[in-house]
Amino acid sequence: MATVLHGVGAATALSASKSIDSRKFQLPSRRSLSERKGSFLVVRSDGRMVQGSRALRAEKLITNAVATKADTSAASTASKPGHELLLFEALREGLEEEMDRDPHVCVMGEDVGHYGGSYKVTRGLADKYGDLRVLDTPIAENSFTGMGIGAAMTGLRPIVEGMNMGFLLLAFNQISNNCGMLHYTSGGQFKIPIVIRGPGGVGRQLGAEHSQRLESYFQSIPGIQMVACSTPYNAKGLMKAAIRSENPVILFEHVLLYNLKERIPDEEYICSLEEAEMVRPGEHVTILTYSRMRYHVMQAAKTLVNKGYDPEVIDIRSLKPFDLYTIGNSVKKTHRVLIVEECMRTGGIGASLTNAINENFHDYLDAPVICLSSQDVPTPYAGTLEEWTVVQPAQIVTAVEKLCQ
Amino acid sequence: MSFTSTTKFVQPLHLNTTSARSNDHKPFLDPFKPTSFLGSTNKLRFTSLAKSHQANLHRRSAVVAVSEVVKEKKPKSSTNLLITKDEGLVLYEDMILGRAFEDMCAQMYYRGKMFGFVHLYNGQEAVSTGFIKLLKKEDSVVSTYRDHVHALSKGVPARAVMSELFGKTTGCCRGQGGSMHMFSKEHNVLGGFAFIGEGIPVATGAAFTSKYRREVLQEADCDHVTVAFFGDGTCNNGQFFECLNMAALWKLPIVFVVENNLWAIGMSHLRAASDPEIWKKGPAFGMPGVHVDGMDVLKVRDVAKEAVGRARRGEGPTLVECETYRFRGHSLADPDELRDPAEKARYAARDPVTALKKYMIENNLSSEAELKAIEKKIDEVVEEAVEFADESPHPGRSQLLENVFADPKGFGIGPDGRYRCEDPKFTEGTAHV
Repeated sequence: MATVLHGVGAATALSASKSIDSRKFQLPSRRSLSERKGSFLVVRSDGRMVQGSRALRAEKLITNAVATKADTSAASTASKPGHELLLFEALREGLEEEMDRDPHVCVMGEDVGHYGGSYKVTRGLADKYGDLRVLDTPIAENSFTGMGIGAAMTGLRPIVEGMNMGFLLLAFNQISNNCGMLHYTSGGQFKIPIVIRGPGGVGRQLGAEHSQRLESYFQSIPGIQMVACSTPYNAKGLMKAAIRSENPVILFEHVLLYNLKERIPDEEYICSLEEAEMVRPGEHVTILTYSRMRYHVMQAAKTLVNKGYDPEVIDIRSLKPFDLYTIGNSVKKTHRVLIVEECMRTGGIGASLTNAINENFHDYLDAPVICLSSQDVPTPYAGTLEEWTVVQPAQIVTAVEKLCQ
Repeated sequence: MSFTSTTKFVQPLHLNTTSARSNDHKPFLDPFKPTSFLGSTNKLRFTSLAKSHQANLHRRSAVVAVSEVVKEKKPKSSTNLLITKDEGLVLYEDMILGRAFEDMCAQMYYRGKMFGFVHLYNGQEAVSTGFIKLLKKEDSVVSTYRDHVHALSKGVPARAVMSELFGKTTGCCRGQGGSMHMFSKEHNVLGGFAFIGEGIPVATGAAFTSKYRREVLQEADCDHVTVAFFGDGTCNNGQFFECLNMAALWKLPIVFVVENNLWAIGMSHLRAASDPEIWKKGPAFGMPGVHVDGMDVLKVRDVAKEAVGRARRGEGPTLVECETYRFRGHSLADPDELRDPAEKARYAARDPVTALKKYMIENNLSSEAELKAIEKKIDEVVEEAVEFADESPHPGRSQLLENVFADPKGFGIGPDGRYRCEDPKFTEGTAHV
């Protein structure tokens, strides 16, 4: 494998070895899928059973594996069946299952192959599937993203990894013009079933360029779905759903969440791309959050419970479009909304969500929606400054107290 | 020297072609000549090119390395002709269609039947016809904003293209694409791309799919080739270089076709490129680079045969620079005041359509009457296309929200708990999303 880079001649040898690998692993995959089909229970995250008329939605619904109370969301009880893994391993498991299931699924990006991905999400996949299916690309974001789009248009289902989500700014043209718009401009002729994913968000003192909050940049591109994962369970389920979706999907992962541990089911499951997740049911106030801020919210929730509040915490998960049903039901119950996000204050997800709630549920609100976003500054390097950039649990507690006065 | 011998490695091609060229074009090539800036570029171009053109006005002797190949080959073929009669007629019809269609577009634009930026292909027909008429239906074509004729050459009906330009539902993209975004899944036209260079990665991706299907999906018979068209201006853009690298690296079945019409809107190629010989960038990336007279469909076709054949055989990509010229402004909105009339006249004299006609008649491949009949037939096709487009309906309101998402669930879950696309207002086109 290491000789690959030495010359043009090696390219042929390289591709030959790939094809052998891939052949080996195509066959069992389809079988295992059909065996598993129908073996899992379909319950919505809010506990509602699925009606027959919603047949088309049924297969995208989820089992309720994430703890719904208080602070145990990441570390589930050990007595449950299933297996325990870290978030990046969950993503990898989802990826691997989909690659087994469908030989058209492939991965491309910087260091996804031999190196195994900057956060090891694709570790071992190149060995298993060969270098063509897990393609190490040169450092040319706009071009390899465009290449993924061209491959998607012609029948493959590529997953493009941004080594760091921020690098995808270099691919913004492809993501916007071709990923987002091409299905429409072609009059529906071409589909772009691509997944664009990678580590993003504010990490630990990574500096401004590696600590970007890109949701706000991408959210207004028409034709793109955006989801953010926050637990190993939903990371795997959303990864699988995103791969199977005919729409281009941007899957946001957070650099600080890759090592979260959780027990997830052994059986196959898949999450709905359009659905929010009820993290903690409550009565007094609805707290809408996603990605890493979910854990700041849950930390604050502990304090709030001690202070006698009963907050309802929803991980909106689907950043575009919003699951206004789950959100609306909660608003109708609590009449108070706090949004906690890591996104930019100006033109961020919270701003859009505030607007959606005001438009749709204004009559149910007892107080104006409060939105806690990170500061509109380039993420500073210094630890203290960085901490003040993103929303901290204490701020959440204060905001809830203010809302519930 | 033969074209195929250059596929192995860079060096032989490079040396041979450079020497071949430099005999003809010393002044044009000399990078040390200090005159390639400011307003002097026109003059530079004229003096250098004019010399060679005066000497070689005859089509066959123009520019390049490849023409040498053509010359060498010619005696070997039994008929002594580059094409058969039937091939010639196909080429002629396609070029006439391209020309007549674009002329009609200009008329319709000035009559207010179509709007926006409309970029016409007049003068460059030899490139589209020379390449695309060699392709199979399964082969893909990726174009730019100047894409009508590529679509036509690939088999998209003229009425579907015209109707698209009129913004009607019967257009090839249902009126949602427009002049710069022609697509046809049926004909594997992967698009007109309106920004410079953004089509090249997509083309590279389509070529990647061919390789993937052959090697991963074990479809041994998948020998589909992708041809990416773009202009001289694009060759100074990063995506061009990035994709040359990736295509050569993975030996993708793709042909990069530069339609060098010397002008990127108002930017002379000589003022924009440090080395104006674009074909040289092929060898730099480990693929053959070929320069060909883009005003001569037969030469283009000859080069295209090699390049497409190489790709089809799995031998990797080729960069082909076709020197051509657009007979109209950049778009119909461009007054075209910058280009020197003498330059325009010189290229007008090399009109590729006229040249093919002359070749066919001189070599008894066809008669004046036969070609006239083709022109008449095409006029009718284009007339019919306009009538069809004119009579077609405008898109209804309900079409607005269609095709934003391939899976309409992407519109999300409404306040009532149903997917918004299930809302009856959605199909009426009155839903608010």
